[in-house]
Amino acid sequence: MIDVLVIGGGNAALCAALMAREAGASVMLLEASPRQWRGGNSQHTRNLRCMHEGPQDVLVDAYPEEEFWQDLLKVTGGATDEKLARLVIRASSKCRGWMRKHGVRFQPPLSGALHVARTNAFFMGGGKALINAYYRSAEQLGIQIRYDSPVEAIELHDGRFVAARVPARDLDGGRRPAERIEARSCVLAAGGFESNRDWLRDAWGQNERGEWAADNFLIRGTRFNTGVLLRDLLEQGADAIGDPTQAHMVAIDARAPLYDGGICTRIDCVSLGVVVNRDGERFYDEGEDFWPKRYAIWGRLVAGQPGQIGYSIIDSKAVGHFMPPVFPGEQAHSLDELARKLGLPEASFVQAIQAYNAACRLGTFDHTVLDDCHTEGLVPAKTHWARPIDTPPYFGYALRPGVTFTYLGLKTDDTAAVRFGGKPSPNLFVAGEMMAGNVLGQGYTAGVGMSIGTAFGRIAGVQAAAASRGAHSSHNRGKHHAIS
Amino acid sequence: MPSADVPIQAEKARAVETVDLIPLLNEDEAEVARQMQICNACRYCEGFCAVFPAMTRRLEFGKADIHYLANLCHNCGACLHSCQYAPPHEFGVNVPQAMAKVRLNTYGDYAWPAAFGRLYKRNGVTLSVATAAALSLFLLLTIAMQGELFPQGLNGNFYALFPHNTLALMFGAVFGFSLLSLGIGVRRFWNNLSPGSSEGRAKPAAALEAGGAVLTLKYLDGGHGEGCTNEGDKFTLWRRRFHHFTFYGFMLCFAATAVATLYHYLLDLPAPYPVTSLPVLLGIAGGIGLLIGPAGLLALNLRRHPDHGDARQRPMDRAFIVLLFLVSLSGLVLLALRDTSWLALTLAIHLGLVMAFFLTMPYGKFAHGIYRAAALFKSSLESR
Ligand SMILES: Cc1cc2nc3c(=O)[nH]c(=O)nc-3n(C[C@H](O)[C@H](O)[C@H](O)COP(=O)(O)OP(=O)(O)OC[C@H]3O[C@@H](n4cnc5c(N)ncnc54)[C@H](O)[C@@H]3O)c2cc1C
Ligand code: SF4
Ligand code: SF4
Repeated sequence: MIDVLVIGGGNAALCAALMAREAGASVMLLEASPRQWRGGNSQHTRNLRCMHEGPQDVLVDAYPEEEFWQDLLKVTGGATDEKLARLVIRASSKCRGWMRKHGVRFQPPLSGALHVARTNAFFMGGGKALINAYYRSAEQLGIQIRYDSPVEAIELHDGRFVAARVPARDLDGGRRPAERIEARSCVLAAGGFESNRDWLRDAWGQNERGEWAADNFLIRGTRFNTGVLLRDLLEQGADAIGDPTQAHMVAIDARAPLYDGGICTRIDCVSLGVVVNRDGERFYDEGEDFWPKRYAIWGRLVAGQPGQIGYSIIDSKAVGHFMPPVFPGEQAHSLDELARKLGLPEASFVQAIQAYNAACRLGTFDHTVLDDCHTEGLVPAKTHWARPIDTPPYFGYALRPGVTFTYLGLKTDDTAAVRFGGKPSPNLFVAGEMMAGNVLGQGYTAGVGMSIGTAFGRIAGVQAAAASRGAHSSHNRGKHHAIS
Repeated sequence: MPSADVPIQAEKARAVETVDLIPLLNEDEAEVARQMQICNACRYCEGFCAVFPAMTRRLEFGKADIHYLANLCHNCGACLHSCQYAPPHEFGVNVPQAMAKVRLNTYGDYAWPAAFGRLYKRNGVTLSVATAAALSLFLLLTIAMQGELFPQGLNGNFYALFPHNTLALMFGAVFGFSLLSLGIGVRRFWNNLSPGSSEGRAKPAAALEAGGAVLTLKYLDGGHGEGCTNEGDKFTLWRRRFHHFTFYGFMLCFAATAVATLYHYLLDLPAPYPVTSLPVLLGIAGGIGLLIGPAGLLALNLRRHPDHGDARQRPMDRAFIVLLFLVSLSGLVLLALRDTSWLALTLAIHLGLVMAFFLTMPYGKFAHGIYRAAALFKSSLESR
């Protein structure tokens, strides 16, 4: 029997597997996806939020623990556990040496992301390069890696992990029989349920217009995070944390693929123009704050509009002032032509733009500060960067809500143990998106997903290795774990 | 603070203009343009090489931009293995492959005389035919002049076989033509990239930087110093090392010839030179480099991940590598056997191979170094 079974194949799973192996355990990792799609949402990431007391290789200045904590407190509106949050924050200042040892390389921020040069360390080549490095290291260390192995259920006995069940499945033309894999301990790191369309549909329900809003959501990351194990564990009585309707959602190009559109499908010109709904009407202040601080509310805003669609409209003055979009926008030389091309009601669209144009009070346009260009007497107002949309060609981009990840997860403590009725399991642990809600009950700040996954993945790996030796993981509770 | 730090405002005017005046892209070029638009919205690979920073300076990708970026790409493969949009993703991003396809076309498109550009189409055949022809020429010449392939008593004196001036004239003429042809090709390439370029003041510093990138093969280091990818996503420095062996081996052989030429004309010291003389020592060192380098590159090439680069280009790469290896091997064999009756045969073979190499310089893989250097220079210029 192997010592530690790790379920999942993204950042949290690999961190756990590597740490458990380094602690001397024999480790098997089960990844639901085929090899080409390995790495879950982690393959789409680009950076890690890091606490640091002074300049550190790719990180400038300092980002002390207190500031990180305050940021987290603010974005979650208090829906966080201070002890676990601080544990993540401290771990983020110490994990990069270990990451480098396993082949992860860092680089200064990408052009277009200089605003996080102080707080975030970027992975050279992005998350897929990080995932590749971890898998190489895992293979080298003799971790058994099984792709195409979606676990459908966990066998528990009195809160103890006994075995994982993988159903029979068709593979490469052949049929692989169902498997029951036993292990001395187990780490769950199988992501959220964001790619489970039915679950999203249930969670979001029907709105006042009778629409099943979630049916129009796109999933920015992997198609393999179906939440099967999350549901299985919750049904078996594991303690939950978070709200199933809470999800990180941004407004992305409506032409993005249903899954795995990733980073490049975001539309960054919202604050430079206006956004209208399918009736051609504006519905929110596009210039409320800097775009990096606002992009994460637009997914929900669009989700609240009829048909769950919005249209970001700019004129040629905006071109070159935002990250170039992945698909070319609709382009037109007049507003009514643009309305036709986007399939919007011409009259109300043109009227909305004209009303906006007339309400613009131009000051000194400066996209790098909260400038004084705003509207007057318009509802909703545009409070910054308001310039008339009057210089053709005009461009329009259709927007859909893009789900990054869900927040519902398993409740845990500083040993990463799964809990049943308030009691920690002796040999079942959880890491990453599956428990991120403990730290991040709502909201988001760039790079913190990887900070949580890395910190808890590493703790879970050490704890699982100890549990497989029969060591009392509870012995360590509250003390600092064998992570450096 | 917000996204206004995107360094592309200078390109703004261009993007807004209509595209009527921009030459139509062919299928391979359109594919690069499509992928660059995806990369430009992603940018995760910015740290690997010079291609991505050059990309972020643009909003649209016209023919000239695409030719430039294609020749800037070193086909290191890093951005393929780290791409979350690589096949089987429906975006199907494979930058090294798309770039390689265009790159091969550019060699043909810019070749001079234009008709010879076709020689790139089946380049393995081109090199083989040139080699066979040049070998036959020298073997026949040997027989014509000596009556046999194993004449005795030449004592290592190959000028007794082929007079120095005949050789100097033949090789000088072919080499000169090849240089001219390459020069015209790369000039046309350059003019296309930077019509009326006016970055005059930055030139010396940019040339220095680009020269450094060429001599150190900076962009085969992966951006982190661990090299490029070969069979999979693992990094290795061996491609860079074998490339260095090849390049510096070639330069040493070139230096050997140059020194010998000086000996001949300035010091009135005709060949053959003793083994311990400068030209022979340089030649031996260079020759060994030119054995190790190409052998290693061939081994890597044979194990290369099938998705890397353009499969159509493999015969060109391999034929060139093999030719370089044979040039060197035949030179070393000639040195070893020059005092035996094998002199005439080995000399004819060596000269034939060198001639084939010179002949195909502007119509084979050799050109990649020249076009890449030009692209690196442009990248150094525009990043200032
Ligand atoms: C487009 C995008 C960009 C992002 N950018 C960033 C960023 O820059 N920084 C940041 O910190 N966060 C970012 N995030 C969030 C980040 O991806 C997550 O917080 C983090 O990757 C979670 O890691 P994980 O290992 O828990 O989950 P994942 O990486 O999603 O891994 C889950 C794994 O479990 C596997 N799995 C699922 N179900 C099963 C099953 N039943 N059996 C076996 N295996 C299963 C999946 O195949 C997958 O391999 C981004 C997310 C997206 C979508
Ligand atoms: S190759 Fe892929 S990961 Fe790299 S910049 Fe392009 S799209 Fe992004
Ligand atoms: S293959 Fe290498 S050199 Fe070419 S674009 Fe990709 S990273 Fe750059």
